[in-house]
Amino acid sequence: MSFWNSSRSGGLVALALVIALLPLTFPNTYFFNVAILIGLNAIVCIGLNLLIGYAGQISLGHAGFFGLGAYVAAILSSNHGVPPLAALLLAALLVGVLAFAVARPIMRLKGHYLAMGTLGLGIIIAIVLNQEVGLTGGPDGMPVDSFSLLGWQPYGDRIWYWIVGVLLLATVWLALNLIDSPVGRALRALHGSEVAAAAAGINVVRFKVLVFVTSAILASLAGSIFAFYTGFITPGEANFFHSLELVAMVVLGGLASIYGALIGAAILTILPQLLTVFHDYEMMMLGLIMMLVMIFMRKGLVPTLANLLWRRGS
Amino acid sequence: MTLLQVDDMSKAFGANQVIEGLSFGVSPGAIHSIIGPNGAGKTTLFNLITGIYRADRGRVLFDGRDVTALQPHELAKCGISRTFQNLQVFLNMSALENVMAGMHLHSDHRFWPSLFHLPMITRRDRELAEEARRLMAFVNLEDYLDAHASAMPYGALKRLEIARALATKSKLMLLDEPAAGLNPSETRAIDGLIQKIAESGVTVILVEHDMRLVMGVSDHILVLEGGRKLAEGTAGEIRHNPDVVAAYLGESARKQ
Ligand SMILES: Nc1ncnc2c1ncn2[C@@H]1O[C@H](COP(=O)(O)OP(=O)(O)O)[C@@H](O)[C@H]1O
Ligand SMILES: [Mg+2]
Repeated sequence: MSFWNSSRSGGLVALALVIALLPLTFPNTYFFNVAILIGLNAIVCIGLNLLIGYAGQISLGHAGFFGLGAYVAAILSSNHGVPPLAALLLAALLVGVLAFAVARPIMRLKGHYLAMGTLGLGIIIAIVLNQEVGLTGGPDGMPVDSFSLLGWQPYGDRIWYWIVGVLLLATVWLALNLIDSPVGRALRALHGSEVAAAAAGINVVRFKVLVFVTSAILASLAGSIFAFYTGFITPGEANFFHSLELVAMVVLGGLASIYGALIGAAILTILPQLLTVFHDYEMMMLGLIMMLVMIFMRKGLVPTLANLLWRRGS
Repeated sequence: MTLLQVDDMSKAFGANQVIEGLSFGVSPGAIHSIIGPNGAGKTTLFNLITGIYRADRGRVLFDGRDVTALQPHELAKCGISRTFQNLQVFLNMSALENVMAGMHLHSDHRFWPSLFHLPMITRRDRELAEEARRLMAFVNLEDYLDAHASAMPYGALKRLEIARALATKSKLMLLDEPAAGLNPSETRAIDGLIQKIAESGVTVILVEHDMRLVMGVSDHILVLEGGRKLAEGTAGEIRHNPDVVAAYLGESARKQ
């Protein structure tokens, strides 16, 4: 137990150092921009990995929650004068309630059915964002007023970098806490065997709903921050392609690995920026990466590398 | 006084009537065995008692309370635990965590304190880990205290399931073929373990094909055939029951 705690603090300190020192290597603000996108994707992927990697429940609709978090926060703050921080929290609350309402029927589904159910949910959200032109601006997207808190306005990529960095660090810390707690054990147990988990007294449906809602709220928070940071959002944020991209990040980095989610998010955010082929054929590239991971590295990058190092060390 | 009472229970899968008008009682503090040929409905009966299947008819009373309509996790809370014929170990966790997951009902699993790892969560978890280690020693798994479940041999996983069931601190434990697939010396060890469990005050219902094990440990035996009760009694009575001998035990049992 004490080993786990010390290894956990070690990982968090290392991550904090990376976040603090990384800007020293950035030649221009474009790098800050990419780093912020990595951080936001990582926050969504950590939540998604709690759901997919730890609890063993697939979701192909999480971009829907990201998009909803972005739009609700944007509409409330820009069109209705709600203070941005309150708009962000209200969006998270609304997404949480929506996720809770759909989770009970959806989380009774298994395997392919759950995939189809979450896929449908994501598609419905994307359609609503596209169609409700009066509210969302439709396919053309909508501008978002900049964030402000008690008169303070984070301006420029540098400040947003620190905000997202701190939020990412907090998300990693909380997720690691949760995994190594009775709640995390219950989630991993129902992944291992639903009947055995239930026979041990674990309320399987309740814990599935809990992790689904938690991951949806994380996606919503990241979506709201994305909206305030970029100042302009489109329904594309909520579409199926983005959902698939998020799942690919989780699978590439490593199922049931918090740092894996971060590494997966980093790689798949950077690649399209680096390689124009990747950008032009992104859907195909994602498919290729998923296939290669499934064939050659079932566990994903971080768990596979950790295994190799551990074996070499002992 | 009976701990578990099954009343006129029936269950069909489509046209296949698997349990038919079955009634029996289980008194506390003893080892009850259920025997019968493959397909007799023993596992189905366990699944009905533990809420995994819904009975078409009949009811289950536990500790004097009607528990027929309860969900599996609610039945666990009432004090019924079980193991599985086809192993249901959490292969994505360590052996110790498997046992700790069995202690779910006795853990502090509130969301917010867990999320912030408040001291009370860590303290309780340390106690649970200590208790889980004791339980692993109780089932002779002290060699696997640091093992990952996916790296353990079959015989050890069988005992890990028993440790996880013990961890729920149940009053009644259903064991579905705990000796299946084990070699003779491992089977003898399970024999001793079942007696140790009964001595610790847990009532045991045992489904098992190994007749020597059943005849040796059981205080009471129920013979199931085609989902109906064929006979009921002590090991001696069952051994000499002509119906049972004809239907199931065969000549070899009479000679023993
Ligand atoms: N989920 C199920 N769906 C359909 N048939 C089932 C199911 N579970 C058990 N059965 C049938 O019930 C009968 C009894 O099976 P089971 O309870 O496993 O017997 P036993 O444990 O005594 O060997 C078998 O004919 C089996 O095919
Ligand atoms: Mg069976």
